[in-house]
Amino acid sequence: MKLQVLGTGCAKCNNLAQAAETAASQLELDYELEKITDINQITAFGVMVTPALAIDGVVKVAGKVPDIDELKALLLTWQ
Amino acid sequence: MSWKSEWKKLALIVSVFLAFFYLPVGNERFDSAVLEALHLTKWYAQEHVLLCLIPAFFIAGAIAVFISQASVMQYLGAKANKCLAYSVASVSGSILAVCSCTVLPLFAGIYRMGAGLGPATAFLYSGPAINVLAIVMTARILGLELGLARALGAVVFSVLIGLLMHLIFLKEEQQKSAQQMLMPDEDVKRPLWQNALYFTCMIGILVFANWGKPAEETGIWASVYGAKWFLTSLFALALGFLLVRWFAIACWKVLILGLLVSALAVAFDQPLFAFSAATIGLVVITSTDKGEAGEWFSSSWGFAKQIMPLLLVGVLIAGVLLGRVGHEGLIPSQWISMAVGGNSFSANLFASLAGAFMYFATLTEVPIVQGLMGNGMGKGPALALLLAGPALSLPNMLVIRSVLGTRKLLVFVCLVVLMSTISGIIFGNIF
Repeated sequence: MKLQVLGTGCAKCNNLAQAAETAASQLELDYELEKITDINQITAFGVMVTPALAIDGVVKVAGKVPDIDELKALLLTWQ
Repeated sequence: MSWKSEWKKLALIVSVFLAFFYLPVGNERFDSAVLEALHLTKWYAQEHVLLCLIPAFFIAGAIAVFISQASVMQYLGAKANKCLAYSVASVSGSILAVCSCTVLPLFAGIYRMGAGLGPATAFLYSGPAINVLAIVMTARILGLELGLARALGAVVFSVLIGLLMHLIFLKEEQQKSAQQMLMPDEDVKRPLWQNALYFTCMIGILVFANWGKPAEETGIWASVYGAKWFLTSLFALALGFLLVRWFAIACWKVLILGLLVSALAVAFDQPLFAFSAATIGLVVITSTDKGEAGEWFSSSWGFAKQIMPLLLVGVLIAGVLLGRVGHEGLIPSQWISMAVGGNSFSANLFASLAGAFMYFATLTEVPIVQGLMGNGMGKGPALALLLAGPALSLPNMLVIRSVLGTRKLLVFVCLVVLMSTISGIIFGNIF
């Protein structure tokens, strides 16, 4: 699956990217992670409050950094 | 060895040593500037960190965690009432933009998917100036009237700038079709009045712990000053009660902390001990919590981690360049009073222009303006710099340009400089 972390590069965005990576690798998923920092691309997703996480192009989290368990649940339901 | 990957490190090492090679140690002005920087940083550490910054971080953290951004954003959507959108955009920075890195995405979002150019630029102008940390630090260090003027000026002029931008680009605005806006998750955990009470407690602690000594010995301000620690403790007690009642913190933890703090308050004449103990206790209790209180702590800690190092460096640099009030740093006072002294149009314009292009890391505008004022900057130009400074900088102009395009950016920059100059002149004439 494709994980996209949207954020202009602030601390929270990096936290979210790390958390998503940890969650996905703990679940042993086959994933690729992409960080999107361009503000125009971010708004193209419809996201206003960063950081945000999109799974296969669908925004699942916006405006916060969920903890690992929450992320795992998200990833599992998506599969 | 491959030069391609190593040259940066070499260049860094060489330039650091070159800088030290030519370091003008022994030069009187340089030595005193370094001393000034240390004095200034010490003063900040003693006077502002514990009583002012730490409570402010807790408040900022609470805003980020407990106030639903979705409830604010719904007033900035594409279908929102325009009049309401302007007013919300001009004040919502205090809630939405706790950290400067969130201002630009929100701005782009409001422009592209929400209420449009006017409210977006209003938000962009006022956001960085009216977040809690900025208001608290400005009022505390540069004086209450400048703090209030900054907040008020930012709000009032942001609406003006937004409206002007909207009118100037009216045609393009009407052609632009808004995209669908994706609202952030709405998760309301407690009713508004509970949040209001909780924030009142924290703001009460912040305000009364920092209550300054008034000039007169008698009167209402003096009696408040006499009772400031009593009032602070009352608010702290209330906060403790709320933590137990609504945040499911174990009663015994808060009780032990309360007893310990009271004991310290009675034992020592210096209230700082009790205050530090209370702070440490709050950190221990919230950081070990798994629920909302834990979230509150980690978001407060996030802000502290991000802002403290920047502020420290900012204070040191301001100290070296500008010195403390009444002392000179590296830059001669004459230059400063020549450029931005008094309240002339040119002084205000210069301050606005400098502020618009210079980059200020979060909150560092405060020590810099403090240093400038100590060297003869007028109050009007100080306000002009505070208004134009955080809203614009060269790096964020590039991002804004990619969103708005060159023409709109130029108009926006001109409006910001103009409005900041005008508000500086007005303020300088009153005070």
